[in-house]
Amino acid sequence: MAAPVSDRPGIGRGPRRARGAQRGSSVAGRLAWPVAVVAGIALAVLVLPLAALVVRAPWGDLTELLARESVLQALVLSFTTATVATACCLVLGVPLAALLARAADWPTLPRRALRAAVTVPLVLPPVVGGIALLMLLGRRGPIGQLLEESFGVTVPFTTGAVVIAQVFVSLPFLTFAVEGALRSADRRTELAAATLGASRWQVFRHVTLPLVAPGVAAGAVLCFTRALGEFGATITFAGSLPGVTRTLPIASYLAMQSDPDEAIALALLLLAVSVIVLLGLRDRWLPEVRA
Amino acid sequence: MTGRFAGSAAVAALAALVLAGCASAGAGGTTPSAVPTEADTEPTTLTVFAAASLTEAFDEVAEQFEAEHPSVEVTLSYGGSAALAQQVVEGAPVDVFASAAEPPMQTVVDAGLASDPGVFATNTLELVVPAGNPAGVTGLDDLADAGLRIALCDASVPCGAASVKLLEQEGLVAAPDTLESDVKAVLTKVSLGEVDAALVYRTDVIAAGDEVEGIEVPGAASVVNRYPIAALTEAGDPDAAAEFVAFVTGDAGRAVLAEAGFGKP
Repeated sequence: MAAPVSDRPGIGRGPRRARGAQRGSSVAGRLAWPVAVVAGIALAVLVLPLAALVVRAPWGDLTELLARESVLQALVLSFTTATVATACCLVLGVPLAALLARAADWPTLPRRALRAAVTVPLVLPPVVGGIALLMLLGRRGPIGQLLEESFGVTVPFTTGAVVIAQVFVSLPFLTFAVEGALRSADRRTELAAATLGASRWQVFRHVTLPLVAPGVAAGAVLCFTRALGEFGATITFAGSLPGVTRTLPIASYLAMQSDPDEAIALALLLLAVSVIVLLGLRDRWLPEVRA
Repeated sequence: MTGRFAGSAAVAALAALVLAGCASAGAGGTTPSAVPTEADTEPTTLTVFAAASLTEAFDEVAEQFEAEHPSVEVTLSYGGSAALAQQVVEGAPVDVFASAAEPPMQTVVDAGLASDPGVFATNTLELVVPAGNPAGVTGLDDLADAGLRIALCDASVPCGAASVKLLEQEGLVAAPDTLESDVKAVLTKVSLGEVDAALVYRTDVIAAGDEVEGIEVPGAASVVNRYPIAALTEAGDPDAAAEFVAFVTGDAGRAVLAEAGFGKP
């Protein structure tokens, strides 16, 4: 089941990797030394901070630190919200990916506008996303005001707001992963199904979706880890209240001010979760991140 | 081949330069400019970490200080006192630290990075509501109303510790919707109208102007935050750091602080 899931740089694997592998065998033997040196420095930049985190972790007190009420609360909240956010992203992102894939045939302007709309949250500092969400859904925002007047519901400072912030930042990850899979999928099976009398919905449900399932799964994993790590948009839009909106990254940031050991323990927990998620899926959907 | 080698070497050299640049930017806080503007005076950058509640007052103080000391450029960084103290302990290149309460300063003193901090101002809490008081908040009791949107400072920062003390003193259990990591973050939630009421310093209410309304709280006068300031032992230019501290605690500084609503030490 190691089908290519994406042809988008950085998000999945696909034709790019195949080409790289062919070239790699002939070039790897004679990497110019300055390149090797800089690559080594680059690797150190990525690995050393995490190594320091592991080394300086208060291993002796770790069980006590991680068993604290505040930590468990943040852990449960983070996993719940990230799971719900991933589910929302699946529901919203797969159709959006289908639209993006189909937009390849559109005229330039709307095609680019659509792609930009999905890409901007991906490259935007999350805190900007948080401010934007507050402007829309805050009590004085156009939708927020409507919700409060009609239903007496206020969105900011709720667990729902955490999920919304996570969906905002992680939806593009899932969308692009699925879109890549859709574009590299073999269209002929869909055509065959249509020729045999399947409706558009039947083709999508029974042919297209199973075809891109690995892409969807890879996208969901990226989406989940991104949602789990969400900080900027959450603290700006949802605030920070233990058990309600104080997720693991926020708890870790706040602990750094008063109890660095707890902050390090929380950071270690987030690191472990990320590594476990990637290791668990390495052979199935993300072959390039082998340990 | 020579061309390619030269190219690679250039890339390596560039990378080394970039790294050196990153390192020196991280390590040197009070780097004097390489090119002196006058023969005998090199411009000095003085980095001051100050509690978020000091934002307006210290902006003004720094401006006056720079006018008196043309060779010194003051760089200010505001935030929750606890976070700032932690950054100082972790090696942030700082020359002067001003905290909104004594515990964060004690953290820095305990780390051996400052000695003999002096209290230069005091502050008390006030209830704050958005302009027009849309929720009709009247007093501290309203903070216990779960139906209202309430913001407080987190107990790990001075304004939060003071809030906890005040609420305990009045025998109230607050129902906050968010616990922010510095007082300005709380104030923003109020001026945006996202919360109905919050506890901030009275100086923040003054600084926020027409966007918010302050409600004086009986009992707040007995919960007083004392603001200590100290030049750090590892200041790049100890003389300039000491001069800045003297300026803040002197007449000019006191006048600005009084204007902003701070009490005398």
